[in-house]
Amino acid sequence: MTETLRHTPLYDHHVALGAKMVSFAGYEMPVQYADGILEEHRAVREDCGIFDVSHMGEFEVTGPDRNAFVNRIACNDVGAIGPGDVQYSAILNEDGTFIDDCTVYRYDDKIMLVVNAANRAKAWEHVVAQKKGTNIRLKDISDDVGLLAVQGPRAEAILKPLAGMSLEAIGYYRHTSGQIAERGCFISRTGYTGEDGFEIYCRAHDTVALWEAITGAGAKPIGLGARDSLRLEMGYALYGNDIDHTISPLEAGLGWIVKLDKGTRFIGSAALQAEKDRGVTRKLVGFKLLERGIPRHGYPVIAGGRQADIVRSGGQSPSLGIPIGTTLLPPAYAGIGSRFEVDCRGKLIPAEVVKRPFWTRGSVKKR
Amino acid sequence: MSNVPDDLRYTNDHEYVQLTDDPDVVNIGVTDYAQGELGDVVFLNLPSPGDTFEAHQAFGTIEAVKAVADLYAPVAGEVVEINGDLDADPALVNTDPYGAGWMIRLQVDNPSDLEGLMSPDDYRAHIGE
Repeated sequence: MTETLRHTPLYDHHVALGAKMVSFAGYEMPVQYADGILEEHRAVREDCGIFDVSHMGEFEVTGPDRNAFVNRIACNDVGAIGPGDVQYSAILNEDGTFIDDCTVYRYDDKIMLVVNAANRAKAWEHVVAQKKGTNIRLKDISDDVGLLAVQGPRAEAILKPLAGMSLEAIGYYRHTSGQIAERGCFISRTGYTGEDGFEIYCRAHDTVALWEAITGAGAKPIGLGARDSLRLEMGYALYGNDIDHTISPLEAGLGWIVKLDKGTRFIGSAALQAEKDRGVTRKLVGFKLLERGIPRHGYPVIAGGRQADIVRSGGQSPSLGIPIGTTLLPPAYAGIGSRFEVDCRGKLIPAEVVKRPFWTRGSVKKR
Repeated sequence: MSNVPDDLRYTNDHEYVQLTDDPDVVNIGVTDYAQGELGDVVFLNLPSPGDTFEAHQAFGTIEAVKAVADLYAPVAGEVVEINGDLDADPALVNTDPYGAGWMIRLQVDNPSDLEGLMSPDDYRAHIGE
């Protein structure tokens, strides 16, 4: 069976830049450009990069019941934020495991949910099924929206001459609307790299013009490979690796987005309350290998002589120069400094639990 | 287009074999095409001098950021030297695969085995170039 892969509006640009294109979430996307993942990773940590993440999904929720609806389908508390705020949250199953993680954008008159490309269809189906009698309108606007992430310590300086609004005024996890390169867009101070930066939502047909303006101002194109190594160094969860339909946010160390006391039940709240009461049986931890090796997703993790889990996320940290990863361990093995082993292609390599984030020197401004 | 030098021999597994002044000794590494497909190399696991391998036997691994690949002996022989520079600078495999990025020097058991390797034209066809 041949799968027809979709393209973002920037496909021709990626190919012209010498990108290595791969299949990702039904799209043909750049995993790296000509200079390679390590150079792209360095550019984001030290300068500024731009990512085409137009494959992400966006759902719009309007209508008078929108806040109550989002509070029922997502575990964080949308009542705790106001218009202009962005919130990290998750859409869960009744058993308290992930359908997807998401960001919630609150506006005066609507809410936008941003979901992973790979989960867009599944999340949409789930959300629509919860609509029932509520007075809301749901719209999947993913195909109408282009999304560019501009990340790095110089992100604000590079965007500033192009911005029709005050970028300084946009706080961490805040958003506003206005013009970039004379194109209307929503812009938030958010990202997935640990560096300062912005995510810019535009009309799909404006994506190319914005990309050209921002790369012209000095942002370097960055592919999915460096996107993964950058987020791994920050310990940010990736659906399909660190979180999935078998893992709860309490196990994943994301208890801070689970608001059991927000005053309303949500899908998964009963299961999470029960899990909280009895205590989790495993915890997502960060680790480093103590000898040379690369822990890759799926490699067996051995604790106390038995397989405890697999490597969830893993790789060589370009910024730290050491092999790092995440895995789910029983609480007895999950303390900082605890030792276990990773089976790297038949060779048992000792590993040690370390604090996340692995990388603590990023320019992200949490203000 | 990948660089496929005319003075080398090649394998299906994207290793190259470079003849030396000694007819029994060859240098082995991976091709420009292979390093391009693998991307940034992080480190290599290479054998030790004195280790012997049959043809097609794995002699080491190459770990890149996004992938890991086995390295296969193109012909039977004994390792006489490894490229120690790759320990400190594995990116030499990316930047100079046919020069400073060579991996092992092999004393071949039967020099006539080398005739069974791919020609540059065969290898270009193998990688579709």
